[in-house]
Amino acid sequence: MTAPSTGKPPLVEMRNMSVSFGGVHAVKDVTITLQEGEVLGVVGGNGAGKSTLIKTLSGAQKADSGEIFIDGEAVQIHSPRDAKNLGIETIYQTLALADNIDAPGNMFLGRELTSRWNTLDDSSMEAATREIMGRLNPKFQNFKTPVASLSGGQRQSVAIARAVHFNARILIMDEPTAALGPAETEQVRELIRQLQREGIGIIMISHDIHDVFDLSDRITVMLQGKLVGTVNRGEATMDEILAMIIIGKLPDEVTTKELEQLHG
Amino acid sequence: MSVVEAAPTQLETPDPGPRRSIGSFLRDNEIDTRMAGMILLLVVIWVAFHFLSGGTFLTPRNLWNLSVQTSSIAIMATGMVLVIVSRNIDLSVGSMVGVVGMVMAILQFEWLPSLIGLGNQWIWIITLVAGLALGALIGAFQGSIIAYVGVPSFVVTLGGLLVWRGFAWLTASGRTLAPMDANFQLLGGGSRGSLGETGSWIVGGVACIGIVALLVLGRRRRRKFGFRLRPMWLDAALGVIGCLVVLGAVWVTNSYYLPENLARAIAEERGIAWPQGGLQIPLGIPYPVLILVGVTLVMGFVANRLRFGRYIFSIGGNPEAAVLAGIKTKRTIVKTFMTMGILVGISAAVSIARLNAAVSGLGTLNELYVIAAAVVGGASLAGGIGTIPGAILGALVMQSLQSGMVSLKVSAPVQDVVLGIVLVTAVAIDTSYRRRAAQR
Repeated sequence: MTAPSTGKPPLVEMRNMSVSFGGVHAVKDVTITLQEGEVLGVVGGNGAGKSTLIKTLSGAQKADSGEIFIDGEAVQIHSPRDAKNLGIETIYQTLALADNIDAPGNMFLGRELTSRWNTLDDSSMEAATREIMGRLNPKFQNFKTPVASLSGGQRQSVAIARAVHFNARILIMDEPTAALGPAETEQVRELIRQLQREGIGIIMISHDIHDVFDLSDRITVMLQGKLVGTVNRGEATMDEILAMIIIGKLPDEVTTKELEQLHG
Repeated sequence: MSVVEAAPTQLETPDPGPRRSIGSFLRDNEIDTRMAGMILLLVVIWVAFHFLSGGTFLTPRNLWNLSVQTSSIAIMATGMVLVIVSRNIDLSVGSMVGVVGMVMAILQFEWLPSLIGLGNQWIWIITLVAGLALGALIGAFQGSIIAYVGVPSFVVTLGGLLVWRGFAWLTASGRTLAPMDANFQLLGGGSRGSLGETGSWIVGGVACIGIVALLVLGRRRRRKFGFRLRPMWLDAALGVIGCLVVLGAVWVTNSYYLPENLARAIAEERGIAWPQGGLQIPLGIPYPVLILVGVTLVMGFVANRLRFGRYIFSIGGNPEAAVLAGIKTKRTIVKTFMTMGILVGISAAVSIARLNAAVSGLGTLNELYVIAAAVVGGASLAGGIGTIPGAILGALVMQSLQSGMVSLKVSAPVQDVVLGIVLVTAVAIDTSYRRRAAQR
């Protein structure tokens, strides 16, 4: 083992990741890193490849090439289960809830608590769900109804509870606030800050440039499957980020004229 | 153009308030109102036929026969529910009954007698196990094509409907095979294929103990976790009603006596002198019904208490979510169709035992009755929704209608018309019920 001489290795390093569908390169040779307790915002227009890139980390999409390191060690992620075993939890934009199943059933889907006879222990699962919901969303009371009958915010809290409950070290959030009203958005923002303080590394994909600006320590921009660049918070203006998203030029490459045209 | 539109997040938890309808009371106490409605419907059908037929419907004899006739369809319906819940369909079960029944008949009629001797005690059990294995194999085969090759289940099992029916003909070259092994025949019910008086009361007693134990354990578990308890009187009422239904059913089966000539034969066998007023030997619970009860318990357990069942429901609710949760969805689908195949094996055994013969056309159109039972019982073809008890009630409703119409001497074509209309009406009512429930 040759540990790097300076500091700890990054929590996550995705090195030279590529994914293509047929002849289309959805992700091409992208490298990103994530530190403990850091929020990395990933932004880009539609089809920029951010969701696809992130899915290779959560095990929902196989990469054609590239390597993933956790704590500096190479890992293989072939399925969502592999990712979860490595402490990677994902909150998908669609929430990925089974609408016909209640909140405890969804929270433990694929990781059910069982009795010693290997049967489902619904009571324990409900108790655990009540406990975590008491912290995340105390107003939540519908533990026995299928999640189809819940509001958008309640469904979101089920998805978040599921990701948080299993002691994730790495949390991926795909558009965490897209379907929420202002009050719930603020709740999610507060949660992100809290998780960050607990040392969890968070990768956040968002269309909402304000979310990204407020919450991220660093911002990675993608365009047409390629990495445009990663900038630290405070080292780029919102216009400069927009320039990266739209014309793919870094802050020191972009001209004032181009910046002005963005608003044209 | 106002910002007010962004405000509805505050409406999350509607205040329950003092308004207490019966429906919401039942829901709060986790009583399935839909199921209660179906039981009510069944009672209405029974009472109506009783009066229309001039008092011949609600007799021990008719109810006993009704229960036996329902068994083979109901056994398969418990599996069809899970298939439908997983967003699939199995159109091949009728033809599978044909081929599995035929193979079981040949086994006990030709192969096994020449191998281990006619009348050997082991014939029935070997035959039965072989039938279940064949059913499981066919189910796994079809399930694999559906899950791993990606051919829709409708197409795979439509092909299966033709293929297995063809095999049913080929295996026996169109012959009728009869009679079945003497022990095997008991599986079909019939005059000797039932539990008798004492045995039936014992089964009824055990069932009552089971019901009470479930209620008590349920209360204890809820108390341990500090969840809200049902009112004591409600649990007590549920227990009493459950036990009364069970013991009532046992009483009905025990009130149906062997016909005189068979009673005479049995009296002779056992060396009992034929008494003056005749001998009344109660039949008790028929074996097919006992098998159905066993299947129901096992399938209910699978659906509600095992991961496998939970995974089937999650696939039906949201296949993508199931994959992302790390569930092996393809394997689950194969296992679902395997389960269906095993149940087809059981049903085929009951059918050939009851007929005391295997014919190539055995099970024809069964797929439609089985699917109808599941759907009338509340399974949604969109997937994700359905219950095992619902499917059995559905089978019972359909069979009751059919038997009732037979007793009213309604002609066969008219029966079909009525059953078809009932099927569509039941689903239409269910759909609108669900839509209202979703808006609540």
